[in-house]
Amino acid sequence: MSETDAQTAFIRSEMLAPQLPPVTERGVIKWLRENLFAGWLNSLLTLVSLFVVVSIIVTALPWWLNGVWNAGSLGECRTIAGPEGGACWAVIKARWHQYIFGFYPQDAYWRPILAFGMMFVALAPVLYYGLRAGAKLIGVVAVLTVLSLAALDHNIAHVGAIAVLMAGLFAFSVIAPKRLVYVTILYPFIAFWLLWGGSIWKPVATLLGFGVMVLVYRLIQPRLGVIMGTAVGFVAACLYWLFVQGAITGALGDAWPTLTAVNSDQFGGFLLAFVIGVTAITCSLPIGILLALGRRSDMVLIKTLSVGFIEFIRGVPLITMLFTASLLLQYFLPPQTNFDLILRVVILVTLFAAAYIAEVIRGGLAALPRGQYEAADALGLDYWQAQRLIIMPQALKISIPGIVSTFIGLFKDTTLVSFVGLLDPLRGVTQIVRADINWKGIYWEPYIFVGVIFFLICFGMSRYSMYLERKLKTDHR
Amino acid sequence: MAMASEAPKDGFRLSMLIYDTRFRSFTIQVIVLILVLLGIAWLVDNTIANLAAKDKDINFGFLWNRAGYDIEQQLIPYTNDSTHGRAAIIGLLNTLVVAFWGCIFATIIGVFAGVLRLSKNWLVGRLMTVYVEAFRNVPLLLWIIVVFVVTSETAPQPKDFKVTADMVQNGTEPAAQKLLFDTVAITNRGWNIPAPLFERPLGVLHLGSVPVNLSFLAILAVVVGSILVNRAIRRKARLVQEDIGIRPVTWWKSLAVLVLPVVLLLFALGFHLDIPAFPTDENGVSKGFNFQGGILVMHSFTALLIALSLYTGAFIAEAVRGGVMAISRGQTEAAYALGLRPGRTMNLIILPQALRVIIPPLISQYLNLTKNTSLGIAVSYLDLRGTLGGITLNQTGRELECMLLMMLIYLTISLLISSLMNAFNSAVKLKER
Amino acid sequence: MKKSVFLGAVAAAALSAGVASAATLDDVKARGELLCGSNTGLTGFGAPDANGNWVGFDVSLCRAVAAAVLGDPAKVKFVPTTGETRFTALASGEVDLLVRNSTWTYSRDTDLKFDFVAVNYYDGQGFMVKKDLGVSSAKELDGATVCIQTGTTTELNLADFFKFNNISYTPVTVQDDSEAQRQYLAGACDAYTTDASGLAASRATMADPENHIILPEIISKEPLGPAVRHGDNQWGDVVRWTFYALLIAEEKGITKANIEEVAASSTDPEVRRLLGLEGDAGVMMGLDNNWAKNAIAANGNYGEIFEANIGTATPIGLARGLNALWTQGGLQYAPPLR
Repeated sequence: MSETDAQTAFIRSEMLAPQLPPVTERGVIKWLRENLFAGWLNSLLTLVSLFVVVSIIVTALPWWLNGVWNAGSLGECRTIAGPEGGACWAVIKARWHQYIFGFYPQDAYWRPILAFGMMFVALAPVLYYGLRAGAKLIGVVAVLTVLSLAALDHNIAHVGAIAVLMAGLFAFSVIAPKRLVYVTILYPFIAFWLLWGGSIWKPVATLLGFGVMVLVYRLIQPRLGVIMGTAVGFVAACLYWLFVQGAITGALGDAWPTLTAVNSDQFGGFLLAFVIGVTAITCSLPIGILLALGRRSDMVLIKTLSVGFIEFIRGVPLITMLFTASLLLQYFLPPQTNFDLILRVVILVTLFAAAYIAEVIRGGLAALPRGQYEAADALGLDYWQAQRLIIMPQALKISIPGIVSTFIGLFKDTTLVSFVGLLDPLRGVTQIVRADINWKGIYWEPYIFVGVIFFLICFGMSRYSMYLERKLKTDHR
Repeated sequence: MAMASEAPKDGFRLSMLIYDTRFRSFTIQVIVLILVLLGIAWLVDNTIANLAAKDKDINFGFLWNRAGYDIEQQLIPYTNDSTHGRAAIIGLLNTLVVAFWGCIFATIIGVFAGVLRLSKNWLVGRLMTVYVEAFRNVPLLLWIIVVFVVTSETAPQPKDFKVTADMVQNGTEPAAQKLLFDTVAITNRGWNIPAPLFERPLGVLHLGSVPVNLSFLAILAVVVGSILVNRAIRRKARLVQEDIGIRPVTWWKSLAVLVLPVVLLLFALGFHLDIPAFPTDENGVSKGFNFQGGILVMHSFTALLIALSLYTGAFIAEAVRGGVMAISRGQTEAAYALGLRPGRTMNLIILPQALRVIIPPLISQYLNLTKNTSLGIAVSYLDLRGTLGGITLNQTGRELECMLLMMLIYLTISLLISSLMNAFNSAVKLKER
Repeated sequence: MKKSVFLGAVAAAALSAGVASAATLDDVKARGELLCGSNTGLTGFGAPDANGNWVGFDVSLCRAVAAAVLGDPAKVKFVPTTGETRFTALASGEVDLLVRNSTWTYSRDTDLKFDFVAVNYYDGQGFMVKKDLGVSSAKELDGATVCIQTGTTTELNLADFFKFNNISYTPVTVQDDSEAQRQYLAGACDAYTTDASGLAASRATMADPENHIILPEIISKEPLGPAVRHGDNQWGDVVRWTFYALLIAEEKGITKANIEEVAASSTDPEVRRLLGLEGDAGVMMGLDNNWAKNAIAANGNYGEIFEANIGTATPIGLARGLNALWTQGGLQYAPPLR
């Protein structure tokens, strides 16, 4: 027995190479099986999805591929594309600048672009106070700004000057990232001057008013407290704006430096959407913070007023607010006051956004643990000190994603201003393009163009805010 | 100052109003109240002065004047001889009907998309991501226009359904055919669906100027009654099951209770469908421009409804995904350990728990959807804004009255929805003890 | 009087546009700019071109008024208004003058308190149908689906017309002209109704104009004209006579090209009064005596404006019809300038 064993005994001395898994358990097939055809329901879903995707491609692709880029009118497009038809992208090529800038003077395109680029410089210290990431952001934005200017503006001097300016800002952000906050404070005035032009002394004189407010506050606050300080400072600033500012701007007149004045009726397209959206969100932040604090206040009257305001605004559609701006505001203001429709729209949209921001910040405040308030009390801080030093910095950080999504919502909703006759990119500019006899009857192309840009901006913003949320998370969970 | 009388007797100084915490909040509130009242007085004063300057007054009398325009979709009778007030009510009903169905469809779409986005199926997951991101990041206005154009350009024209004399001779069929056993016609104007008719109706009760169809009321009553009875049967069955462990067979009882009474009632009322069709002459050749009979659901309505549902659905999908992901992984594993299949795990274990996380964002999405119905302006859907805030305002020039009334109505709707949903929320909320 | 207390900082930031008061003429002069309410874009009548310059039939009237008052046709700010916002914009002083193909009606004149100072285009509401529908009269449209623009008088006219003829229709309300054209072409409505000029413009730009016909019935009178606020007669006179100056210029054969030559050589007393060579016609209105000369030099006389923007030589191709001078069988008739 042992002999036969010895004869037949076989001891493997080397390892066998592992056999390949069965063909259904490897490679593409395994992936397909696990991800697309696991079970009959999954297979059905996959087939339905495939059908949807394929049918969309089959319908739209020939139209897309057969697009015409060079034509002077829709009629020419139709001739070139022939009987099977095709997209007429020539309209975008001819009118793209109106979709972006409205009727802003073409030789001044560098102004909105610079204002847009500087917006990120101003945002950097808000998002990353004193961090290196801020400098990185500014560097990227500086390069993009200069590149887009070089593509649009043929004036080498402009491009060179702006390249130097952006390089300076980048260097500043590397050397003194915390000082960058001054740029943020000055930014609204710089942007105003860049966009509307005119004498620089108007925004400077207005800025002085805020200087007066701060000065008076500093003088009064140690003696009379925060509320009195703010109130007296505000009154002093108002007095300055009413009586002194006119004299200053009058005296300086159109002294150097000036930019060609651009009326707000020339704003349109995405420029208008950004002006309305960014101004409204910026102005609505302080109002929103006050409303959120008011809603959590112990004082019955303040709480009632805040809740009433917030719920009223959140209860009516934005479009009624816009119609209010265009139709009703004139009834509520002193007789014969009359000002720009864009400004009226911005005011109403600011109030609208303030109610939503207030709710976002209220969420941020509610998310703070009770211990933070108690710790602030234990340190002997008063209400405003506690808010400024302990509560708000944390609450606002928690609220950033909410603020960004409010902004995205608002930015998309700026398309509604076309219903009160402003030139929003979606309907306003498109309507004007269609009124041109050359492009009358064009339909899909402008909508696709505008939709894609909206998608890129909003998608980019939401992804960036998600990234920021992860980055700013400081808890150690 | 007003509060001097309330000050303590010993040594009250004015500065205590600011420094003494006992009085400070009171002082602040009084000042704020005075400021707010001054502000309101200022606004009212301006309004009065402006109205006087324009030689106008605030007068809602125009609501009782003849409107003079037609509305294509009307849930209660309306002609161009009706009043502006009635036109506003038609608009309000049109707003509400879109909001109501929109909330239902958006919830269905949102729950499916949110769950499917977490699906293990790669293609389906990606497709749902594309859907959610595309709808969340592009203005609603554009989607309404796109859906409207797609619905109205892909369907055949009504004349494609017509039978011409040539077709009768050659025996050929028209280019387009009705669907669902020849009852529903989808044209590029809207959906022609059959209308329910009764041979022996119960009549119509006039409540003020709003007619109430008693036949429908009766059917509704019977259906509600059947559902209640069915519930009682099932409760009894459950009691039996808990008692002896075997659930009695109830499906045939349920079926009978749910179906029989309604069928009997419909039979008694002489129910039949009014099928939309072209009028024909003796040879079978179609005449006229449009389908006659049935109900026409305009594309402005369906497009607005579809776009709103898809748009809000994308946001609800995100809320659902967030809610599902908030449920700990252990719940799923426990369910698998009990031998539940993935579908049932989702239905029985995950979604009920996720519901509590989902409801608060759901409320605000419902509110958004309701307010967004005002974008029907883009497809000229005559909702409240289209009638009261649109044509009526334009014809009468009474912008102050129209706008105030419109805002008040929207506010009321929003407050109603949010209070209803908040009540529901507190009902399902986890009761903490 | 400028009350900008509430807006201290903002007003100082020069966003405040202007102030309406009883004396619009003085305001316009003080501002140095005419605020003209225009359409948000209507082919031929008013729309900005690729460079943002507003051009069109209605726009030219605004430019003529600006030239008459301020001496420069470029000193106009166009405020695009929608059907809903146009009258409020005028009433609140946001615009000095509304030239937005608005129909002069009784209620707008009396109840809304506007003055339509002239009729610069006589229009009427018509119907366009596809040829293969086999319809030759609007009265055969029983049961048809009709596309109409909202916010206009057309929906009221349409309701009246069908009611009076005792036939039924389904209205499809549409927000603007291009949307209406798309729906009509897609067959979503059997007929498209709007002002006949608009129908002609739409038809002219279609790929197959020969397959569409405009029905013979004109169911309403649509006198379109510039509107100003009630109660400011001086300003109303300025606008009215600027328009009449354009008409008189056509009547007398004064064009943009020959105006200097005519001014130098004409002996016709009315022409001399018009061009400020004789009398004080301009000063009487509070303008300078070159007002009419400036207005005509801006875009030419009425006929030139018509031909350049909507006339038979343009793709819109409207014939003068009712808008011919009274001497040529039309309705355009200017009172004597004396």
